[in-house]
Amino acid sequence: MNFETTIGLEVHVELKTKSKMFSPSANEFGDTPNMNTNVIDWGYPGVLPSVNKGALEYGMRAALALNATIAKENHFDRKNYFYPDNPKAYQITQFEQPIGHDGWVEVELADGKTKKIGIEELHLEEDAGKNTHRGQSSYVDLNRQGTPLIEIVSKPDMTTPEEAYKYLETLRQVIQFSGVSDVKMEEGSLRVDANISIRPVGQTEYGTKTELKNINSFNYLRKGLEYEEKRQAQILLSGGTIRQETRGYNENTGETVLQRVKEGSDDYRYFPEPDIPPIRISDDWIETVRQSIPEMPAARRQRYISDMGLSTADATVLTQSLEMADFFEATVAADADAKLAANWLQGEVSAYLNSEKLDLADTKLTPANLATMIKLITDGTISSKIAKKVFKEIITNGTEPKQWVEAKGLVQLSDPAKLLPIITEILDNNQQSIDDFKNGKDRAIGFLVGQIMKQTRGQANPKVVNQLLIQELKQR
Amino acid sequence: MNFFDNDLTTIHNQLVNHELTSYELTKQTIDALKVTDQTIDAFLTLDEDNALVTAKAIDEKGIDPANLLAGIPIAIKDNIMTKDLRTTAASKILENFTPIYDATVMEKVHANDMVVIGKTNMDEFAMGGSTENSAFKITKNPWDTTKVPGGSSGGSAAAVSAGMVPFALGSDTGGSIRQPASFTGVVGMKPTYGRISRWGLIAFGSSLDQIGPFSRGVKDNAALLAALVGEDKRDGTSVGGHDADFTAKLDAGVKGLRIGLPKEYLGEGVQQAVKDAILAAADKYRELGATVDEVSLPHSKYGVAAYYIISSSEASSNLQRFDGIRYGVRAQDAKNLNDVYIDSRTQGFGPEVKRRIMLGMYSLSAGYYDAYFKKAAQVRTLMRQDFANIFADHDLILGPVAPTPAYGIGADVSDPLTMYAGDVLSVPVNMAGLPGLSLPAGFADGLPIGMQLIGPAFAEATLYQAGYAFEQATDFHKQVPTLGGND
Repeated sequence: MNFETTIGLEVHVELKTKSKMFSPSANEFGDTPNMNTNVIDWGYPGVLPSVNKGALEYGMRAALALNATIAKENHFDRKNYFYPDNPKAYQITQFEQPIGHDGWVEVELADGKTKKIGIEELHLEEDAGKNTHRGQSSYVDLNRQGTPLIEIVSKPDMTTPEEAYKYLETLRQVIQFSGVSDVKMEEGSLRVDANISIRPVGQTEYGTKTELKNINSFNYLRKGLEYEEKRQAQILLSGGTIRQETRGYNENTGETVLQRVKEGSDDYRYFPEPDIPPIRISDDWIETVRQSIPEMPAARRQRYISDMGLSTADATVLTQSLEMADFFEATVAADADAKLAANWLQGEVSAYLNSEKLDLADTKLTPANLATMIKLITDGTISSKIAKKVFKEIITNGTEPKQWVEAKGLVQLSDPAKLLPIITEILDNNQQSIDDFKNGKDRAIGFLVGQIMKQTRGQANPKVVNQLLIQELKQR
Repeated sequence: MNFFDNDLTTIHNQLVNHELTSYELTKQTIDALKVTDQTIDAFLTLDEDNALVTAKAIDEKGIDPANLLAGIPIAIKDNIMTKDLRTTAASKILENFTPIYDATVMEKVHANDMVVIGKTNMDEFAMGGSTENSAFKITKNPWDTTKVPGGSSGGSAAAVSAGMVPFALGSDTGGSIRQPASFTGVVGMKPTYGRISRWGLIAFGSSLDQIGPFSRGVKDNAALLAALVGEDKRDGTSVGGHDADFTAKLDAGVKGLRIGLPKEYLGEGVQQAVKDAILAAADKYRELGATVDEVSLPHSKYGVAAYYIISSSEASSNLQRFDGIRYGVRAQDAKNLNDVYIDSRTQGFGPEVKRRIMLGMYSLSAGYYDAYFKKAAQVRTLMRQDFANIFADHDLILGPVAPTPAYGIGADVSDPLTMYAGDVLSVPVNMAGLPGLSLPAGFADGLPIGMQLIGPAFAEATLYQAGYAFEQATDFHKQVPTLGGND
């Protein structure tokens, strides 16, 4: 029997507003536990939420960037449940009326085709705190409590784990470029739950779904879904039935493991949040927010290709992260050659970031210094070989490249008057190579250039050396 | 200082003219109160030391002649957060709770140089109409100490009624200011929803709760309310910008005012003495030049049921934070997280609070939400519409506050439904978010009867205007209970 797979994703994204969704506490990751909290975050008696307009606008921005329709009449609801990381014992969320609905993203698949994945809804809510358990004690950190979140619920439009991976990647990119979140899975600002079911090809109703939770990376999402596809198929093929349950992904075994069997649905006793009056969003407001959305990755890619002459492959790599795309544009804006800037960022820069496990922002490299270095290459002041040395200096120490090159005497030797004596000397000592050249053996040139470079400690301009060398050889 | 015979302006003039200091006033107030409260039990916590220090500081700064409230004592209902002063909501679960911040109204009280004397008794979490649901003590009605003072703000009402303080703050979710004012013969205002910030009020029914003032007279009440109102960015439901001068129209009289008398408010279940007092008040208004005619609030009969569903639903959610984890009383013998929740709440909450939580959770449950909460919300819309229809061609509504005068302590406790039925005349105002003023309108067997003036949203000034005209034309407010007083 052949099966087809149905996947839907629920993605939580933390919005990087200065303050929390309903309280003026700082919205910062990684601080001392409970440092960024106040009476509102503690669920103290008598406190009330007040809506962070910035968070509302970030939510609108994300919704618009994902091509969703913004709801004009908004209100919040309470979702009631007891847990120590949830001090009010309710989460303020949007249950009845999400701020955005019916959006989509377009993903590019391996075969080069594109597919539109629908977004059912986006709603605004507040994050919970964090419990940790050590020995006999449990600790509650409320720093995260009240962080603004958008939950993005896809339509069940994905049919392979690969599509789910691509959807998540595209979603992450769009959100990042819209400027509302860092979308870092390792910091929890991007979290994903996946629903997956399979059904015999041709069957109209969906199969029973399982939910994959607590997935720590994009790869684990793909692997977990692949495992789940196979597990469900095996059960059905052996005559069993799928149980509706929540499963986790075990990174060591590559298997999914049962976490909780769902019996019926939880009763969260939702009702409209009485402390927050309904919020009406006007067309003008939507338009203002729409204008504030930065250029999206697809548009940037197109511009890099048509205006800057980059290849599709280069443009795609550079627009994978907002940080990289912004850095690239700033470098080009500082008069660097676009193609060279693209090469350096994808080559040396990326390699450095990978080996040092750093983000661009963590290094001392600036677009201005990278542009200056590239200009030094294009105007022949330094060779590509020397450039690697310069690069190491500017990315680790943030040194201004032009002055450094001059101070270190790394300027390329291009003056024929200075190069000729050296060439003459080398030729005088290598009669065999001259003979080889005359006999049509071109590799003799390579050897001779190597000797000249060695003599000049790599500073000779290879282009000029080549010219002068051939000219000299012909005269001998 | 005798608060029965001296109104705010009189005391203020004495303070300004240095015939009296705020320190002396505060000291006298506390000394007398300690005696009176042995009988009345209006206070849960006295803040004697701090009150005297504050009064002294105000004296040293000098009484601002432009500020009627400067140096004047006030008592605060115990569900209003007072920084560094124990705040229990009359519940065991908060028995040891001392807030680290002030409610917005407390900031305003302090900014106006008022002197906080202490915290008053109430029904636990404001749930009740007799103050018998307090976990700590039973407050007595100063007119007859075998009777309840009403509730839930019974401590605040009794403290003013017994002349212990000139002012008190209460809160009103379904009548909790107006009904005890009626039972104890004082003036109580439940302002328009949103008039006063709820920041720092321990939430009961968030869409219904309002803080408001108690006083002996209408004019003084208006002066205090003016100091408490205004938009607060910490409370998204607070509203500013409307007419907040509540004394300007006081002497304007009621000539030409159109007053509606809802027939449902004088129907079955309302005691004859209460009906008589209200009809007499109607006649008095006619005499003073107003028109009074019968109007109808056809959906008010569903009001109590809808009110108990909405207020209990909101309360069931609001009271979940009292879980023994971060503050308040935590059960000591709990073995795991679930036991901490269950034991702390079982030990901490009283029976009425538990009943309301159960009622609310049930009304919000999947499968029951549509039949209960949603239906109640629809009734609420109809009740609002009823009022809007009347206010299309009326300035005010006149009616009783409660169907009866104060009843005996212990009389209603065993039957919650009888108790809930007593709210039939007061809850519609909260359901519609309107202002309601309760003031003395008569007596029955030596117990005060209050009347209620209801206005459109933000029409408090008109309520005070009409209330003052009535007060000046009658002498109900001049009568004082035999108990209490301090000279």
